Amino acid sequence: MNSRIIIVNVIRWVILLFVQIFLLKNMGFYDLSTPFIYVLFIMLLPFEIPNILLYLLAFGTGLTLDAFYDTMGVHATACVALAFVRISFISISLNRDAIDDPEPSLSYMGFQWFSLYALLCVITHHLVLFFLETFRLTEIGYTLMRCGLSCIFTLIIIYLVESIFYKRSSR
Amino acid sequence: MRNLWIFISRYNAFFLFIIFFVIGVYLTIKNNAYQRSVTLNSSNEVVGNAYERLNVFKRYLNLGMVNDSLAAENARLKTQLLRITTADTSKDVKVIDTITHQQYTYLAAKVVKNSITLRNNVMTINKGSIDGIKNGMAVIAPQRGVVGFIRDVSEHLATIQSLLHKDTRISVTLKKNNALGSLVWGDANFDIRKAFIKEVPNHIKMNVGDSIVTSGFGSFPAGILVGKILKPNVATNDNFLSGEVNLFTDFATLQYVYVVKDKHADEQKALESLVKPNE
Repeated sequence: MNSRIIIVNVIRWVILLFVQIFLLKNMGFYDLSTPFIYVLFIMLLPFEIPNILLYLLAFGTGLTLDAFYDTMGVHATACVALAFVRISFISISLNRDAIDDPEPSLSYMGFQWFSLYALLCVITHHLVLFFLETFRLTEIGYTLMRCGLSCIFTLIIIYLVESIFYKRSSR
Repeated sequence: MRNLWIFISRYNAFFLFIIFFVIGVYLTIKNNAYQRSVTLNSSNEVVGNAYERLNVFKRYLNLGMVNDSLAAENARLKTQLLRITTADTSKDVKVIDTITHQQYTYLAAKVVKNSITLRNNVMTINKGSIDGIKNGMAVIAPQRGVVGFIRDVSEHLATIQSLLHKDTRISVTLKKNNALGSLVWGDANFDIRKAFIKEVPNHIKMNVGDSIVTSGFGSFPAGILVGKILKPNVATNDNFLSGEVNLFTDFATLQYVYVVKDKHADEQKALESLVKPNE
C-alpha cells in the first residue's frame, strides 16, 4: 500500500510538471492569466505525510519549476507558503484521528470541502508568487488582477483534472 | 527548556514554514537581478544616509590632506588657464568653439562609503539621479587615475562598481604606441595598488614604466592616466600579453571623485543598438 502511494505520487509529479513546463508555460491570456497546475501535486500529497517531508517536497518542486522558468526561488517560496496553508487548513477543518481517507482529493473529500481547500491553497500560492515576481507595491492593482485571473484559470483546470480522475465508488 | 521544546514541536509547521520561506526569499533576491536591484536600492538609501552622517567626523581628520590635494589641483588648473589666456589667439584664423562642442563634463562627488578589502568592492557617493547621474557613467579620481563605473542610482546617492571588482573591465591603451588592452583587477593578487592590463597583442613591446591611459572607447574620455607598467610581458596561454600595472588611484584614501558625464552617451548607445551582434 505504501509503495503504491509513492509510485502514484511520483507519476503525478512527473506528469504535472511535464504539462506545466512544456504546455502551460507557453499559454496565457495577454500576460494576465497563467495557470499553475503543478500546485495540485502538493495539494494531493497523502494526509499522513510528515510536515518536514511536505515542506521539502514543496520546496523541491518549486525549485524544479524555477529552474525552467528562470526565476530562482520565486516558485519555491510560493510552494512553501502553499504547504503551510495546507497544513493549517487540514488541522483546523478535519479531526486528525478520524481521517481515514488517503489523500485530500475531490473524490474522497467531496465538492464543498475540496473547493474551499483548493481556493485557499491556490490564492496563497498565487499571491506569494506574483508579489515576489513584481517585488513592489506600486503596481498593486495590476498584480492583484493578474493574481485573481490566474487563480480562476488554475482552479478551472484543477477541477477539470479532478473530475477526470473522479472515483464515484470511493465516496 | 523542555516546555520550549514541546512548544516548538507542537507548532513545527509554523517554524518550518518560516525557515523555508526565508530560504526562498533569500534565493529569490540573491539570484534575480531585478529583485536584487530593488532591495539594494532601498537599503542603500538607508545605509548611505547613515554613512553620510558618520563621515562628517571622518572628513575632519583627513581635511589637511584633502586641502593639499585640492591646492595642488588648483595650481595645475591655474597653470593650464594661464597657458590658454596668454596664448596669442590673434594669429589663429579658425576659432573652434570648444564650449558648445564639449563632449564631457565632470561632476565632483564625495565618497560616503568605500570598501577595499572585498573581492568585489562597491562604493557609494553623495550624488544621485537628481544631479543627472545615470547608470554606466565613468568615474575618475581627482588628480589622475580611474575609479570605476556608476552601478545603481537612487535620488540622492549612487553606487560605484569600482575597479576593484571582478566584473569591471576598462578599455586602456599604452600611451607610447596606442596598443589596446583591457584593465582588470584581482586576477592573481588582491593588492589594491596593482591591476593587470590584459589582451595586449603579442607583437607589442611593453617596458617597465610605460604609461597606461584610457582609450576612450568606453564611457571614459580618452587619455586619462591610469597607471604605469610594473612587470611587463607576462605570458598567458591565450596568445595575448599581460602586464602588471601600478595604479595611480589610491583607493584607500579616496574622498572625492569626479563623475564623467558624456554628452553623446545616449546618442552613441541608440546608434550602436541599431547594429545587431554577429551581423
